[in-house]
Amino acid sequence: MNPFFKKFSEKFIEGLLMISGTVTSLTVVLIVFFLFKEGISVFNKKAVEEGYVIAVNKSNKVNSISPEDIKNIFDQKITSWKDLGGKDSIILFRLEDISTYFTDEQIGENFERLPACISRVVDSIPQIFAFFPEKYMDKNFKGKEIEAGKISFNTFFGGKEWFPTAQPAAQLGAKPLILGTLWVSLGAILLALPLGLAAAIYMSEIAKDKVRRVMKPLIELLAGIPSVVYGFFGLVVIVPAIQKLFNLPVGETGLAGSIILGIMALPTIITISEDAMRNTPRSMKEASLALGASKWQTICRVVIPHSISGITAAAILGIGRAIGETMAVLMVTGNAAVIPHSILEPMRTIPATIAAELGEAPNGGVHYKALFALGCILFVMTLVINLTVEFITGSKKYKKH
Amino acid sequence: MKQVDENKLAKSKKRKQSLAFFMFGFIGFVIVGILLTVLSFIVFKGVSVISWDFITKMPEEGMTRGGIYPAIIGTLCLVGGSMIFAFPIGVMAAIYMNEYVRDGIIKKIIKQMTNNLSGIPSIVFGLFGMALFVNKLGFGDSILAGSLTLGLLALPVVIRTTEEALKGVDDTFRHASLGLGATKWQTTRRVVLPIAFPNIITGLILSVGRVSGETAPILFTVAAYFLPKLPTSIFDQAMALPYHLYVISTSGTNIEESRPIAYGTALVLIIIVLLTNILANFLRKYFGKKVKMN
Repeated sequence: MNPFFKKFSEKFIEGLLMISGTVTSLTVVLIVFFLFKEGISVFNKKAVEEGYVIAVNKSNKVNSISPEDIKNIFDQKITSWKDLGGKDSIILFRLEDISTYFTDEQIGENFERLPACISRVVDSIPQIFAFFPEKYMDKNFKGKEIEAGKISFNTFFGGKEWFPTAQPAAQLGAKPLILGTLWVSLGAILLALPLGLAAAIYMSEIAKDKVRRVMKPLIELLAGIPSVVYGFFGLVVIVPAIQKLFNLPVGETGLAGSIILGIMALPTIITISEDAMRNTPRSMKEASLALGASKWQTICRVVIPHSISGITAAAILGIGRAIGETMAVLMVTGNAAVIPHSILEPMRTIPATIAAELGEAPNGGVHYKALFALGCILFVMTLVINLTVEFITGSKKYKKH
Repeated sequence: MKQVDENKLAKSKKRKQSLAFFMFGFIGFVIVGILLTVLSFIVFKGVSVISWDFITKMPEEGMTRGGIYPAIIGTLCLVGGSMIFAFPIGVMAAIYMNEYVRDGIIKKIIKQMTNNLSGIPSIVFGLFGMALFVNKLGFGDSILAGSLTLGLLALPVVIRTTEEALKGVDDTFRHASLGLGATKWQTTRRVVLPIAFPNIITGLILSVGRVSGETAPILFTVAAYFLPKLPTSIFDQAMALPYHLYVISTSGTNIEESRPIAYGTALVLIIIVLLTNILANFLRKYFGKKVKMN
């Protein structure tokens, strides 16, 4: 073969391989880019229904109103501007109220004088809070249009209500979802960690080799079952059982989610912590036994301290799996977007929210972007968890095989 | 007197120890028991549903009757599509990582990024797939968009298993080949890859198992709720087994009546996943011995 061609083809193949090598990096960068581009732009959006504006009298000192306050004004939970930093009580004005101020004649047959009428109403009543379609905004509008329903970091992360399709202003408070995710995941790890550790100790230190060789692949098989099957199992077995056991109106609770997630986190916890325990040098164990320590003492004082970083990694990774899990949780937790008070209430996690709502959210709207913002939160959570695990396992002797 | 006390102490210590060990063993078996319960429950309830008609007929009457043929075909299309994309790229990336690039910053970055990618929750892949493939590139809800999304999800699995397979090839093979004057690529293609091949295939099978059960990434990129016809092109929507199971067990029009179908679907899904896992395990053991003998 021509040596030049040979060299060229070698280089060409190396280039091809290099490009393939960068695909994962590129994907991560693209995921971050798209996720955050859509997610962050929710903070430029308004929660108020598309095409509507909110205006007040010029003398009003209030300049912006949060989505939550708008909802409260409409629900008449807030009836005074004092709550929002102004004075006097609020007079709510909606488009249909126009007939109490003007006759049909004044408005005109085809609403041609409607913009002027609205302008006059807003101008003449100091306490007014007017909500009307943007197309009826007069050219020389005499009121003050205020920045209303802007989604801020505070309303998003601190808001207590997730009600993205609410009228007139979408309520996008991620707090119940974040709390729901944490509750369900922590519940799962509380169930799975003691069980998983016990099984790992048994498999690495106590069980005969024969038992271990059967047990390990079986437990790894547990990791292979699709999450939707776990969800289905939870739905037809665990949910009714919980409902009966605790005498609840519905069985779809955070606890059901925790149990299913706990089962799903078990293989992760067992395999990683078992690997760590088996990495304890034989010489250390034998030294301990030779000094007269019992097997139990050796496990407690030698094996576990030696593999503690691996065990920690297993626990954190287990939480990570639980936080990111979607389908099983979606099917068994009941998905009520309220701040949880007990594990026996329906809860809703971030992944479940995305899965349940993205299909119905209009492309590019507030709701759509808010779901991407949730995706960002999820991404950051799992990234932090994975980096922590790498830090823990990387800084100690323990290495994954 | 003292001697007796010590004996007693040792005995009670020993009793405590054996009690603790018994507990640990018990828990271990309980966990295996959970697995067997989940499996046998699905098998027990699903086995009466499965018939030739069930896997070769279209769903009927709001999915309360008929089969799951289009869902099976849809899943096959998605698995095939994602592997066509992920397998070559994953294998090439692993070859690059293991055979070509030297230890250093680039290798570290690629490794880190692959790790990060494998840690991303599957629903985030779904979001990404929707933003990029469905909306930005305009594929719409299609097999293409779903396959690409699933492919990205499977990529770290393929890379990791291939890397392990390549690492298992003894360096003496490489040195011998290079020493005979073969180029790097010739060495890789003629020596390293044939030896690592069985383990690479094992990785492929494992990723097939993983991909065929994923639901969250296909929710918004391909899945159709009810579509009693087969896809004709890669731009068609399709049904898929995991999504089908989700839909008929939670939001079907007649949840109670379609329950048997749900059990059947779950069983088919589990059979696919178990078969791939068992096959992968078998191959690993079978070829593992063979390679060592060489």
